[in-house]
Amino acid sequence: MENTVTSLLPVLACLASLLAVPLIVLFRKEPFLREMSTFAAGILKFTFVLMMLPIILDGKTIVHTFTDGIGGINVPIMFRVDGLGMLFALVASSLWILTSLYAIGYMRGLKEHSQTRFFAFFALSLSATLGVAFAGNLLTLYLFYEMLSLSTWPLVTHHQDKEARTGGRTYLSYLLGTSIAFAIPAIIFTFVKADGDLSFAGEAILAGQDLGYWPALFLLLGFAFGFSKAGMMPFHSWLPGAMVAPTPVSALLHAVAVVKVGVFCVIRVITGVFGVEFFKDLSVNLVLCWIAAFTVLVSSLIALSQDNLKRRLAFSTIGQLSYIVLGVALATQHAVAGSMMHIAMHAFGKITLFFCAGAIFVAYGKKYISQLDGLGRKMPFTFGAFAIGAMSVTGLPPTGGLLSKIYLVWGAAEAHQIALLCVYLISSILNGAYFFPIVYRAFFKPAPEAEIATPGVKEAPLACVLPLSITAVGSVLLFFFPGLLLELTNLMTGAK
Amino acid sequence: MSEFFEQTIQPHFNFWIYVILMMLGLWAVIAKKNMIKKLIGLSIFQTAIILFYVSIGVKEDATIPILDHHGPEHHEVVHENGEHIEDAETSAHPEEVHEKKGDHSHGDDHGHDDHATDPDTMANPLPHVLMLTAIVVGVATLGVALAICQMLFKEFGTLEEDEILAELKDSASDD
Amino acid sequence: MIDQLPAIMVLAPMFGALMIGLFGQKDHRVCFPIVFTSLIISLGAAIGCANLVTKDGTIDYFMAGWEEPLGIGIQLRIDHLNALVIVLIGVATTLVSFFSIRRVGALDTEKTPHFYILYLLLCTGLYGITITADAFNLFVLVEITSLTSYGLIAMGSSRRGTHAAINYVLMGTIGASFYLLGVGYLYLKTGTLNMHDIQAILQANEEVRNSNAVIIAFLFILMGIWIKMAFFPLHGWLPNAYSYCPSSTACLLAPLMTKISVYVMIRVMISIFGLEWIFIHLGWSHLVVILAVIAIVAGSVLALAQREIKKMLCYLIVAEVGYMVGGAWLSDSNMWGLSGAMYHVLSDALMTLCLFFVAGIWSKCIDAKEIDDLEGVFKKMPITSACFILGALAMIGVPPTSGFFSKFYLIRGGIEGGHWEYVAALLFSSLVNAVLFFRIFEIAFFGKNPPEGHGHDEEHHDDHEDLHPVLEHEVSWRVTIPLIVTAVLIVLLGLFNGPVVEFIREAFPPTSEIVSARP
Repeated sequence: MENTVTSLLPVLACLASLLAVPLIVLFRKEPFLREMSTFAAGILKFTFVLMMLPIILDGKTIVHTFTDGIGGINVPIMFRVDGLGMLFALVASSLWILTSLYAIGYMRGLKEHSQTRFFAFFALSLSATLGVAFAGNLLTLYLFYEMLSLSTWPLVTHHQDKEARTGGRTYLSYLLGTSIAFAIPAIIFTFVKADGDLSFAGEAILAGQDLGYWPALFLLLGFAFGFSKAGMMPFHSWLPGAMVAPTPVSALLHAVAVVKVGVFCVIRVITGVFGVEFFKDLSVNLVLCWIAAFTVLVSSLIALSQDNLKRRLAFSTIGQLSYIVLGVALATQHAVAGSMMHIAMHAFGKITLFFCAGAIFVAYGKKYISQLDGLGRKMPFTFGAFAIGAMSVTGLPPTGGLLSKIYLVWGAAEAHQIALLCVYLISSILNGAYFFPIVYRAFFKPAPEAEIATPGVKEAPLACVLPLSITAVGSVLLFFFPGLLLELTNLMTGAK
Repeated sequence: MSEFFEQTIQPHFNFWIYVILMMLGLWAVIAKKNMIKKLIGLSIFQTAIILFYVSIGVKEDATIPILDHHGPEHHEVVHENGEHIEDAETSAHPEEVHEKKGDHSHGDDHGHDDHATDPDTMANPLPHVLMLTAIVVGVATLGVALAICQMLFKEFGTLEEDEILAELKDSASDD
Repeated sequence: MIDQLPAIMVLAPMFGALMIGLFGQKDHRVCFPIVFTSLIISLGAAIGCANLVTKDGTIDYFMAGWEEPLGIGIQLRIDHLNALVIVLIGVATTLVSFFSIRRVGALDTEKTPHFYILYLLLCTGLYGITITADAFNLFVLVEITSLTSYGLIAMGSSRRGTHAAINYVLMGTIGASFYLLGVGYLYLKTGTLNMHDIQAILQANEEVRNSNAVIIAFLFILMGIWIKMAFFPLHGWLPNAYSYCPSSTACLLAPLMTKISVYVMIRVMISIFGLEWIFIHLGWSHLVVILAVIAIVAGSVLALAQREIKKMLCYLIVAEVGYMVGGAWLSDSNMWGLSGAMYHVLSDALMTLCLFFVAGIWSKCIDAKEIDDLEGVFKKMPITSACFILGALAMIGVPPTSGFFSKFYLIRGGIEGGHWEYVAALLFSSLVNAVLFFRIFEIAFFGKNPPEGHGHDEEHHDDHEDLHPVLEHEVSWRVTIPLIVTAVLIVLLGLFNGPVVEFIREAFPPTSEIVSARP
């Protein structure tokens, strides 16, 4: 039925960074070559993704299947690229290149240890991310989901000290624990219900199945909490815990790859497993809506009280993730479109903010918001970018965050959920409330006495400042040129 | 009581004997502290099962199961052999041998066909054959077990299990 | 030649053992070539047989041409159920033989030929158990493997090992005797020892089938096999026996013995009593699944309490036996549980092999017996550690390792059979495994007491040190290659789970028979 093209491209895109791993290990004694191979892999990967773009925009899907299914019990490893996957892959692979650049600056600036291991696992986790983006069935999705959890653990615990161990423990026990306890049963239950079909292609897996309210609810919650990378409360605390990681890791993985994989999985489940219409008919979506709404509000309130900059960003991320879940749980056309767009918009905004936090740490070793007084004048670029990122995440023009937020609010209105609409609005105000004091502090508060002695601009290394400027500009550009994103989301929602 | 005896125990007395022996053996394995006693229990346990097998091969008034492959030309020789067996076993099982002799003549009458041998007149050989194997296995097990006991004795200087356990506990730190 | 493959497979290791007895005593250097040759011959024959089964279906082989129905011939039968098991035995024994060259070093060198003789006889026994079609021969072969394994376990220098060996002898012999007793009852009722004859008679004769003697026979056989496979609470002998014996022995026994016993149970269920009789006439399925759930939970919890690596792995085996017994008894109408159990026999054997390999290497090379001794081992031995991680992930059940797929099938069976307690137990055990192995990963990655502050402040490691000291600690290729092969096999078995399970399912009776008989 679907217009499909069989191609190796998604596999190649996935493998590009995987193949970089041996190169990185091989060049462990040549930092320059090692980092070049990271770069080369990033660009290669991005090229592969771009090569698929025209095909996708044509309204086709790209499929590649390993090991044909035999006798209906064999679920193959299957890659399938559609609009949603493409959107996510574009975001992840383009930001990886920038993050690589940033990571080089950051790691060298701080003279971190074990950089080889760091870059190797970084590349590995990117492969896993693209694997999730291109997964053609639930099993493949789960495979790469777990691969991502495991390959990011050495990154989160990079410092190998007590704090890292605690953070890493929380990280894995939440991610792995929930996926084993909830996601596996949910997947197998789906498998049994759907009689061996786990593929996202064509009709949604469970659409039209005879599924009661309670089984559907448990299944939904199993997926939503099982893919706990989406950071839904009460399974969110791995995210602040994971902030012990070096900043590039937090930036790419915990603002883009890992958390977005979580919401991506939830979107996939709702669109691909339940099917949006069927999902609404089951009327289980309101439960998910309210869990997400609760998460949005509570996490925003917690973020207000955090003094550690990265922790504040982490709680902000939790809230923004639930925006996305809430949007897709509303299950109206514009809400779903808004959710998908928000993946990209929030990615650019949040990665800018994390880059800034890292740049501040590299240049001045400061981690706490209360230490930032007057720093804006010394780091104008960094804090300028920070302001843009904050605007995008809050949803102010002229940044991309506004567009997705408009769609989300529109979707809430479409679903006649005024209360949930208010949740979006209130939380936007809260977003502003926890971000703009930082900007204000940095630019308008006088610096403490001790630091006035060294006036003048002193930014972080260029390798740090350049990427964050680019992503900040990217956030603005997304406001003016959202066409590509809209097209990709329309591919997904228009068909439904 | 006597009714119970007649209906339950008497017809299956071989089962009762093996069950009792088996339980004795099992009890020894579990309750005795001395390794050698445990092994004795184990042997009793195995022997009980061997007895069980042998007893199910038994038939009333049956003889030892040796097939006579006697063609007509070898008839005399085989018959002499038969006589020979009779001599050897007369004192032990006169009746059985008598039966066997009858069987011979029976076989002769019907043209020395192999299948003419009436299975009802012979004890079932298969359980015995099986038990020969089982005995060998049992002996081998016992041999290995005794060898291990020897090692135990060399290492611990005792074969009492509680003493061995106590010593293992003491040396837990350095073992 | 092709016709004789089943016999060659069983006899090659036996002749190897005789050869070592003749020539190995004088010159120890000839031992390994003999061992290796005979194992490779067996492996080749096993693969050949499996190939024949794929092409032509079941192979029946009558030793010395003594065919049925005389009832005393030795029949070997290779069908879809055991074809993969013999390949597994071949692969595992060959891999372990590589490993044991170095590992035997832990023993006195004068014991080398003795070790290899027992090793080869054990292989004979394992092959025999797997392919025999005769209930009594099964007993003899089980005893051959048991006797050799008693010897192998007692060979270690550890005092605990000796004590564990004598316990194992007592338990193992009682188990085998129970089995023998059960076979006796079956013989009493059916008058034959050939599995397929017994089944034919049981199916034809309803009176025999429903007699108490057959039920008692089944119970005895089951008890016997359960003791042999260390099904909780009959597992008492296993942890000490496998953790205090020489590493190469542990590598051979831990993956194969319990798994082969599980196979024997499934074989007895399918080929002697018949699934329909067991699940519908007896209806013990719920009871046994609950026992299995207890075994899984107890094994996992006990594993959690261990500080020694090998002991922990041993308790995990106890839990995994629970998986398989439970899976085999799920009695779901599509027999996914049974397929999962059989697939798990293969998958668990490889996982256990991989983990015991690594545990053996660690205990030899860096003298790490307890989890706490593993500080920083990831850095010192990256290849070994990578394989360990892979094996651990398989145990936890992370795709694409085989462990994930066996759990997938088992859980599917649990859901379809309505045994939710079993599903819950599997998930619980996966979680416990995750905790267990990440505890190890943490210690191996961080060390016991990681520094307080940030790593980069005090230990200014330059990159150049990163992977440098590695190869000095890493063991020789003779040990790492089998290990890597095992790890790769785990992934391959996972990726090709579909064809494998499909193949195994050929051996099951058509589902419709069982479904229609269901009330």
